[in-house]
Amino acid sequence: MGLAELGIYTLMTLLGIVVVFAFTMLNSAYLTYYERKVMGHMQARVGPMHTGPHGLLQPLADGIKLFFKEDIIPAKADRKVFVLAPLMALVPALAAYAVVPFGPSITLFGHSIHLYITDLNIGVLYVLALSSLGAYGIIMAGWSSNSKYSLMGGLRSASQVISYEIPMGLAIISVLMMTGSLSLVDITRGQEHIWNIVYQPVAFVIYMIAGIAETNRAPFDLPEAENELVAGFHVEYSGMRFAYFFMAEYANMLMVSCIAVVLFLGGWNPIIPRSLFESVPIFGQYLGFLGDPAVWWFIIKIYAFFFMFLWIRATLPRLRYDQLMRLGWKILIPVALGNILVTGLIKVLVQ
Amino acid sequence: MILQVAFIYFAAVTVFSALMVITRKNPVHCALYMLAVFTHVAGLFVLLDAEFVAAVQVLVYAGAILVLFLFVIMLFRGDGMKDKARFVSGWPIVAPIAIALMGLLMSILMHSGFSGAQGSYTIEAVRSAGNSQVIGMALYTDYLFPFEIASVILLVAMVGAIVLAKKKAD
Repeated sequence: MGLAELGIYTLMTLLGIVVVFAFTMLNSAYLTYYERKVMGHMQARVGPMHTGPHGLLQPLADGIKLFFKEDIIPAKADRKVFVLAPLMALVPALAAYAVVPFGPSITLFGHSIHLYITDLNIGVLYVLALSSLGAYGIIMAGWSSNSKYSLMGGLRSASQVISYEIPMGLAIISVLMMTGSLSLVDITRGQEHIWNIVYQPVAFVIYMIAGIAETNRAPFDLPEAENELVAGFHVEYSGMRFAYFFMAEYANMLMVSCIAVVLFLGGWNPIIPRSLFESVPIFGQYLGFLGDPAVWWFIIKIYAFFFMFLWIRATLPRLRYDQLMRLGWKILIPVALGNILVTGLIKVLVQ
Repeated sequence: MILQVAFIYFAAVTVFSALMVITRKNPVHCALYMLAVFTHVAGLFVLLDAEFVAAVQVLVYAGAILVLFLFVIMLFRGDGMKDKARFVSGWPIVAPIAIALMGLLMSILMHSGFSGAQGSYTIEAVRSAGNSQVIGMALYTDYLFPFEIASVILLVAMVGAIVLAKKKAD
């Protein structure tokens, strides 16, 4: 590689990182709006309406509010760990986006640009490793706040994350058995004709349940059960540090959606073939303006999967702690193991 | 050049954090420095083109085992250890011996002509087949028996732990 080429490569990678970072941050902000609106309409309310048209500027207002709020560190807290905890939650959540394939390669100004930061050959493992690191932010916050509510929230979260990592990993293994690669780009390319969800519906359901539990969302939001723990691990946090936890939670949920789309829902592969769009008279001509349609399909799928998170939250009541553990260890793990066994058997028989 | 800088960074932080693990008084701080050790060792694995091992290092050691450590330490609250001396009284005598032994080991390693991977899994073979694929092939063909034995041992440990816990509960 020449020096000029290296320069362009470095620049393009940096640009990619900036774009993905902006995409994630913007989405984490606007997913709160999405959630409030969807939840509102499901409960026969309207959700945020006052800031901007239909409340569209509400996330911005929330961000400004949190930014200017007083930052309080409890007197008896362990200062260093307390300050580090929100970052330990947010940084792995954002770093995982390095391997998400938003779209295939496109050609721009004579250069081939791929629409992902990097294609690791251990992509799935990288995502799993970083999502397991996210638990530290919660544990550190829970412990360093020096409050019994925080500590209980942190402990609950830690045990929940460890328990549900196993069924999640097992569900992913059965997908990997279908594709034979750990690279998220290869997995997406393997679904050009039939999505993995057709072959692996059981794994998809297990992944979804484990994903909701991993991100501490309802009905698995015991770490922040407000009637027992006030607010859980982040009860002592305020201002921007609280916002970091919030962003991390939404970035993690978006990540679970991204991985679900890549593993089960065909990634960037279109729902409706492109040729069908181009045949529409006026619309087809303007398709070029929207950029690469693959990226739009990916984003539509993410939002559709994310809707399930909200739907489930609005529908189901919170589980009790023993129910949560029983579901994870006694139901999900055996079912996921059985699924692997069946997948392996069918693969051998087909060969 | 970049690789050297990266190696120095990962190695230095690993050694520093490892020292902090054994010298800090608060057990939770020790465990968090342990996390730094694990993640930076994973970085060293990446530099050695062993991405699979790096990912598993973070996933298993940092993501599961250390979380359990922290779990237990947090439940103990760790206040009982704060006033105690960190080391046994004879440590000034033992430390030079340990350092001398380490020097001996390093000098042997440097003069032994040890030159990385030997056998059928050369660096080129690993690069062309892919890291995880090579590990998978090795584990399930050449080392299948030891691999199965290891899983049985882990299972025994798990059953043992459950039996012990059950007895206490009754």
